[in-house]
Amino acid sequence: MIEFDGVGHAYGERTVLEQVDLSLTEQRVAFVGLNGSGKSTLARMINGLVRPTRGRVLVDGLDPAEKGAAVRRRVGFVFTNPDSQIVMPTAGEDVAFSLRRSGLSRPERARRAAEVLAEHGLDGYADHPAHQLSGGQKQLLALCGMLVLDPDVLVCDEPTTLLDLRNKRRFVELLGRLRQQVVLVTHDLDLLGGFERVVVIHGGRVVADDEPGPAVAYYRELAR
Amino acid sequence: MTPLGLYVPGASSLHRLPAGAKFLGMLVLVTVSVVLGSPIALGVICAVVALGYPLARIPWDRVWPLLRSVLLLAVVILALQTWLLDVRSAGVTVLRLVAALGAASLFTLTTRIDDVVGAVERALDPLCSPRMLGRFGVRPDRVGLLVGLTLQAVATLSGIAASVREAARARGVERSVVAFAVPFLVRTLKHADELGEALAARGVADE
Repeated sequence: MIEFDGVGHAYGERTVLEQVDLSLTEQRVAFVGLNGSGKSTLARMINGLVRPTRGRVLVDGLDPAEKGAAVRRRVGFVFTNPDSQIVMPTAGEDVAFSLRRSGLSRPERARRAAEVLAEHGLDGYADHPAHQLSGGQKQLLALCGMLVLDPDVLVCDEPTTLLDLRNKRRFVELLGRLRQQVVLVTHDLDLLGGFERVVVIHGGRVVADDEPGPAVAYYRELAR
Repeated sequence: MTPLGLYVPGASSLHRLPAGAKFLGMLVLVTVSVVLGSPIALGVICAVVALGYPLARIPWDRVWPLLRSVLLLAVVILALQTWLLDVRSAGVTVLRLVAALGAASLFTLTTRIDDVVGAVERALDPLCSPRMLGRFGVRPDRVGLLVGLTLQAVATLSGIAASVREAARARGVERSVVAFAVPFLVRTLKHADELGEALAARGVADE
């Protein structure tokens, strides 16, 4: 369970979030909002990448601002641009990089990485140069780098922005099948089909919190 | 394209050699070619290095771009050195360079970065004990990651440079230094920010 308790955030003088109170228990939650609404900042608080300047966040009772390492073991994060998330030259090495603290031997890490790649549509790509993969494959690779650690929560910050329609659909389908609790940040309304709860954020505040139908209708009004 | 090749998967004897041993071998070979002054001996070294490529079964379409850039460099240096010194010393310099670049490329073509990182970590492990470098907070896994990310950065930065040059060409300002430098710097810094965030999310700062 992810809880936001009176959370606010300011970058210097500029306030980006104000008085956010949320308790996320659903398996599929989306944060929707216009550019600059504060939704990405809110998502980054879940794994402690950003610390709230007011209030606090709890993930399964742990505060990411205090127990960052423990929270990050439970929470995986997929960013918009896969190029910045890939830190090793081949797909297999990059996934294995996530396992460097697992206590597994090098060959075991490589084998486990190849398995995860195969499970998610990148079978046979373990030795492939990561930066020569297509955009869709790179984002799948970034996802594999997180899933190999089997986190309980997966936060995705506009993961489909750089993908074409087909890759976008594949990515969302894949998200739908995961056992993890997924928090998806997006302004792409096509992605919200399988979601139980949509939180609309505008001007740093939660302005709607509902099932996809009514929440999306509210968001469409906002965007006019 | 950089003069060094990126890893080509394979199972040849060169691929299977441990990264540390291969790296030492390359160092020895380069050192010997710097010490030797005989064109014949250097020619033999170049031939040995060249034989490594078919031995490692590197496909021709990967060898050709490397060969082309090395040959181009060799011709320029040969001409320059012949003009400044004489043919013999020009030839020796070029043979040394070809041997060194050839050996280094063969190393990067047949060695996974992950294995290089692993070898660096193992070699540094005793040096980083609390009584030696460890006193200053040097940790072998961090040095290993640094080596890996540095090698990665070559590919990333050349990618950014290529797309910035393309954008400058599209606006018809391909000769402007500003039109290249400003977006290149901005994108490099942005990449650095994002990379830092991604590393933090993968728990690198937590260890």
